[in-house]
Amino acid sequence: MVQGLYEFFKPHLLPLLYAVVIVAVLPLLAGYVVLLERKVMADMQARLGPMRVGPHGLLQPIADALKLLIKEDIIPESSDKWIFWMAPLLSVTAGMLAMAALPFGPVFQIAELNVGLLFILGISSMGIFGIVLGGWASNSHYSLLGAMRSSAQLVSYETAAGMAVVSAVILGGTLSTRGLVEIQAQKHIWFFFLAPIGFFLYLVASIAETNRAPFDMPEAESELVAGYMTEYSGFRWALYFLAEYTNMIVVASLATILFFGGWLRPFPNSSWANLFDYVPMLLMLLVGGYSLYRAPKQPVAIQKMVMVAVAGLCFVLALALALPQFASAGSLLASMKPGLHGAFWFLLKVGIYLYTFLWLRFTLPRYRFDQLMKLGWHFLIPVSIVNVFGVGIAVYLSRSTDEGGMGWSVAASVALTSVITLLAAAWLAKKGEHEPAPPATPESV
Amino acid sequence: MFDVITFYLFGGLAVVSAILVVTARNAVHSAIFLVTALLATAGIFLQLHAEFLFIVQVILYVGGIMVLFVFVIMLVNLDVAARQTQFNRMWPFALLLALIVSGQIYAVVHYAQKGISDPLFQVAAAPASALEPNSELIGQALFTQYMLPFEIASIMLLVAMIGAVVMAKRKV
Amino acid sequence: MLSITHYLVLSLALFTIGVIGVVTRRNVIIILMSIELILNAVNINLVAFSRLFGDVSGQVFAIFIITDAAAEAAIGLGIIIAFFRNRETVLADEMDLLKW
Repeated sequence: MVQGLYEFFKPHLLPLLYAVVIVAVLPLLAGYVVLLERKVMADMQARLGPMRVGPHGLLQPIADALKLLIKEDIIPESSDKWIFWMAPLLSVTAGMLAMAALPFGPVFQIAELNVGLLFILGISSMGIFGIVLGGWASNSHYSLLGAMRSSAQLVSYETAAGMAVVSAVILGGTLSTRGLVEIQAQKHIWFFFLAPIGFFLYLVASIAETNRAPFDMPEAESELVAGYMTEYSGFRWALYFLAEYTNMIVVASLATILFFGGWLRPFPNSSWANLFDYVPMLLMLLVGGYSLYRAPKQPVAIQKMVMVAVAGLCFVLALALALPQFASAGSLLASMKPGLHGAFWFLLKVGIYLYTFLWLRFTLPRYRFDQLMKLGWHFLIPVSIVNVFGVGIAVYLSRSTDEGGMGWSVAASVALTSVITLLAAAWLAKKGEHEPAPPATPESV
Repeated sequence: MFDVITFYLFGGLAVVSAILVVTARNAVHSAIFLVTALLATAGIFLQLHAEFLFIVQVILYVGGIMVLFVFVIMLVNLDVAARQTQFNRMWPFALLLALIVSGQIYAVVHYAQKGISDPLFQVAAAPASALEPNSELIGQALFTQYMLPFEIASIMLLVAMIGAVVMAKRKV
Repeated sequence: MLSITHYLVLSLALFTIGVIGVVTRRNVIIILMSIELILNAVNINLVAFSRLFGDVSGQVFAIFIITDAAAEAAIGLGIIIAFFRNRETVLADEMDLLKW
């Protein structure tokens, strides 16, 4: 009977391992993304950021997590205790569940769903409940207003994000996330080059979907106290923030899978672009060399040691990336190449996307809420509809002449329809320019 | 075996959540239980190998309609309503009528089971391969055979959107 | 093994609970939610038969029902908000303007 049970569970053991790895690593990762954000913010403001807790502030997330854990748990008196407890859990669950359908590499995927893309979109739309119920359960006017604003924003930009995703699905012909990356490998090109406007629409919509600046009116520090998170203190607030950064990682992963080929190098499978295979190890060598170069200039001894350790780590990674590249074909080392290089490319692309998020947060001023809604409904949704038309027409026009690889007809038709979409976008932007300011006393919230 | 376990799990969850929807005092609690019931229904769809419908149920019903419900409940602010009686005056009579109707329907189901061991009625024996690939088949059916209802449904949604906007404006 | 009767009985149970909710509750919003339960029961029925006969039409019909439910919920909730603005109540017993 034990044998029977083992046979029953055997296909689920590896996904279970992946799931445990993701759930264990994700809070740590989210904490270090917070540290990265503070360091990047400091860099853009010509200062250093957290340097005190651990060398170069590397232990800051752990200190923050410890502090939040031991804080007093304040629950408002007349709030709905059950819903107050459940709301952050809903947000975090929705964020982590979306990770189940994402392929992080050629083999690293928890569940290969036929409708994986729609699954991620659907689970993200369930995350709205965490916000709305959290704001309501706090039994405070500011929380409720902030929750309604935040969920209205999320619902509005969900449609635009969905239609931007549809333009990639038209090119890919499948809803499965792994299938989309494999189609990009087959066509030897990333979908970003075939549907660039779809990517930019998805970029803007995903920034609004995750409540990041410049669309962070509902949770900004100087507006409505802190929106739906006002009454949440201690670890419950940490759960909401974990949910937000998890959503950021999910959205970044989805963008890389849809538009940047997931774990594929630029121009995958094309023999003329094989030079790109040397990029991972060169990049690691560069970073390691720079760390070594900066090590003697650190003022404190422990910072010197940390820089040397980082350099050593980079060199070890460069070696690990180089070995499968130079090993003979067919050996065990060479078979690890797609996994290792795939992980590197995936993390690099997600990192660049997250860096764009951080960059935009500290560069652009915040949108006012009515400007935000107007942008979503009056600009993004019409442009994304025109984009879907354009990509559909481009695919139809090039269907008869496409031999399986990337034909030049695809590029021509995509260029034509992109120009039409850009003209539509310009017309919409011009039309929305001379709107009068809203009246001083708005009639409804 | 796995099929049976998931059916009873999701089915039981759906029925229990539905009972809680109908008997909860607070409208927000009712809405949360309805979300659970809808997710359990989506689970039943998944167990029937209807994966596209499963995800459409989650996106549209849970992520769209229920968010709308929760919004409206918060706008209407039902603290006062929660303290009054929840069931109307005729509730025993109405309950009896509903149970009689459901008993009649169950009688139809029961007496139609004469040939129940007939493999014609075994859902588990029906090959799921006739419905795969699910999304492609639904897409083909929607855009070829059911094109007219599809277009009418989109016009109906447009009418509903315009109607909702008109009704929500303070002055028309 | 699961026969069609299992799904029919599940659908019937949800339908009954939905009908009880519609005829018993006073709060109009909960009545609307019970209507959603009824529509879901019908959906389960349709999809079970679609699986039994291997025909995808049942699932297509279920998609149309979900679309319909969305439109109906939007309009119904709009009506409730409009009524609440005028009469400050959401209880079905108190919506008696047409009573003589």
